[in-house]
Amino acid sequence: MINSDTTILEKEPERAAASTPASLARRIGGLSDRAIAWLFITPTIALLLAINIFPLIWAIRLSFTNYRANRPNAVLENVGLQNYQRVLTDSDIWIAMQTTAHFVFWTILLQTLIGFSLAYLIDRKFRGHAFWTTVILIPMMLSPAVVGNFWRFLYQPQIGLFNYIVSFITGVPPSSFEMLGSVSLAPWSIIIVDTWMWTPYVMLICLAGLRSIPDYIYEAAEVDRASAWRQFWSITIPMALPFIMLAVLFRGIENFKMFDMVMLLTGGGPGSTTEVASITLKREAFESWRTGRASAFAIILFVAVFGLANIYVKALNRVKQR
Amino acid sequence: MSNATSAHSVVEPSATTKRIAGIIVVLYAIVTMVPLAWIFMTSFKSPPDSISYPPKLVFTPTLEGYCNLFTTRTRQTPEYIQSLGPPQSTCDEITRSRNMVIAGPSNYWPRFTNSMVIAFGSTFLAVFLGTLAAYGFSRFRVPLADDLLFFILSTRMMPPIAVAIPIYLMYRELGLSDTALGMILLYTAVNVSLAVWLLKGFIDEIPREYEEAAMIDGYTRLQAFRKVVLPQATTGIAATAIFCLIFAWNEYAFAVLLTSGSAQTAPPFIPTIIGEGGMDWPAVAAGTTIFLVPILVFTILLRKQLLRGITFGAVRK
Repeated sequence: MINSDTTILEKEPERAAASTPASLARRIGGLSDRAIAWLFITPTIALLLAINIFPLIWAIRLSFTNYRANRPNAVLENVGLQNYQRVLTDSDIWIAMQTTAHFVFWTILLQTLIGFSLAYLIDRKFRGHAFWTTVILIPMMLSPAVVGNFWRFLYQPQIGLFNYIVSFITGVPPSSFEMLGSVSLAPWSIIIVDTWMWTPYVMLICLAGLRSIPDYIYEAAEVDRASAWRQFWSITIPMALPFIMLAVLFRGIENFKMFDMVMLLTGGGPGSTTEVASITLKREAFESWRTGRASAFAIILFVAVFGLANIYVKALNRVKQR
Repeated sequence: MSNATSAHSVVEPSATTKRIAGIIVVLYAIVTMVPLAWIFMTSFKSPPDSISYPPKLVFTPTLEGYCNLFTTRTRQTPEYIQSLGPPQSTCDEITRSRNMVIAGPSNYWPRFTNSMVIAFGSTFLAVFLGTLAAYGFSRFRVPLADDLLFFILSTRMMPPIAVAIPIYLMYRELGLSDTALGMILLYTAVNVSLAVWLLKGFIDEIPREYEEAAMIDGYTRLQAFRKVVLPQATTGIAATAIFCLIFAWNEYAFAVLLTSGSAQTAPPFIPTIIGEGGMDWPAVAAGTTIFLVPILVFTILLRKQLLRGITFGAVRK
C-alpha cells in the first residue's frame, strides 16, 4: 500500500516535468539525481579514503618492513612476516593484551550492572526523573583526559578526597594505601574512573531498551497474575537484552582502545601493571620508534577488534530475532 | 477497576516504589557529582588550602588558581617587589603576596583557542559533509550503499594510536604536523562516520513526499533539499553537531601524538600545568573548570536532542 503510493508519487514530478515547458530549463539548471547523489557522497568517501583508508594501507605496507619513523632516510628493508611473528611471540604484548581484557571485563561488568539498575529505577518514572537523568549524564560528556588528570589529585594518598572518603567510611588511615602507586590497586583506580564516566552511557541505552517494551505485555502478565519477580526475569530482561548487548558491544570496542584515561592516571605503571594494548602500541611506535613492528601490532589489534565485534554482532542478531 | 481506565494503570509503579527508586537515583547522581564539585571548589582554593589534610570543605575563596593558570611568574626578592609601584590588578596583588611577579601570559589561552578553532571547524565540516552524504544515501539508490555505510562505520573501530602512526608519517610528508588544518581534517574524518549514520536516520524519517511536492511546484532537487529537507532535519543536525563537538573538544590521543606546539589543544596541555615544586592543583582545577564549562552548558541546554541522539544512534547501529 505504502509502496504503491510512493511509486505513483515518484513518477509524478517526471510527468509534471514532461508536460511543462519550464522543465527544460530546470533540467539544465538542476543536476540529475545521479549527479547529485555522487556530488553529495563523494566528498565524504574521499575524505575517509584519504584520512582513514590510505593510512591504513600504508600501515599494512610498513608492517612488513623494518621502517623507523625517527630515521626516515635509512634503507627500507622488507622483512616479510617477521614483525608479526615477533609481536605474536612477545610475552610483554601478551601481558598487555591480558591487562586489556581484564579492564574490558571489569569495566563492562560494573557498568552494565550499575547502568541497568539505574535505568530500571529511572524507568519507575518518579517525580523529577528527567532532571536527575541529565545530572547523571554529565560525566560521559567530559574529556576523559582532562577529568582523568584531575582524578590523579583525588587519588593522592594523604591529601586526596578519594582516600579521605574511603578512610572516613572504612576507618583505614588515608595514607595507608595508594590507588595509583600500588600494584594491586592501580588497575582498580582506572576501573573506578571509567565506571564513573561511562555508566551513564550504558544506562541510557538500557533505558531506551526498557522504554521499547510495550505496556500491554506487562498488562497481560498482570492479568495472568505473574509476580513482579517473574515479570522482571521473563519480560524485562529478555526484551531489554538486545539493548544491553549493544551497550556491551560499544563499551567493549571503546575500552579495548582505552588510552587517554590510563595515560593520564598511571601512564601504564606502576611497572607495567596497567599497561593496556594502546599504551604498549604507543611505546613501540612513538618511544622505541619501531614503526614497522608497531604497525604490525596495530593491524593485529584492528583485526582482533573487527573479528570479535563481527562475531558478537552475529550473536546479537540471533538474540534480536528471538 | 477504575484504575484500568488510564493507559498505564497496571504497569504504573506504586508510590513507595517510586520514592525508593527516586532516592537511590538521586543518591547516585550526587555521588557522581562529587568529583566535579571538588574540581570547581579546588579552583578557588589557595595552593596550601588545596593540599591540606584533612581536605578542606570550608575555605576562603581566592582567584589565585585562575591567576596562575593564565600567567607565568618568576620569584623575586621582597626588596625588589617593594620597589615596584602599586599592583596593577588582583592577580598582580596575589602573585606579589607569594613573593613573585607576573612574567607574562601562560600558554593556556592559546591552547584553549586552538581547541575552539579545531573543535568548531571540524564539527562544521563533519556535519556539512555528513548531511550531504546522509541525504545521498537516504534518497538515492547508491550502488553498494550497504557496504559503503558499513565501511564508513568500521573506520571507527580502529584504536586511535593505530591510526595515528600512519597519520603521523603522512602529515610529516605533507607538512600538516602540528597544524590546526591537519587536526581539523583528522577530526572531521573521525566524526563524519558518526554524522552520516545519525543523520541518515533523521533524514529517513522525513517523508519523501515533501520534496516531491516541492519539485512538482517547480523546485529543483537541490532547492528542495535546501528549502524542504534541511529545515526539517534541523533537530537531527543539531544533535549530530553536539556529538561531533563533544568528541573533537574532548579528544586527547591524536592531539597528544600529533600536536606539540602551535596547534596543541587544551586536553594535552592541561595535564602539563605545574607550579613550583609540584602540581599546582588550583591552577589545574581552574583550567579544567574553564574547559568543562562549554560542554556542561551544551549538555544542559540540548539534553533532549542529546538523549535522542545517543539512544537513536545506538538503536540504529
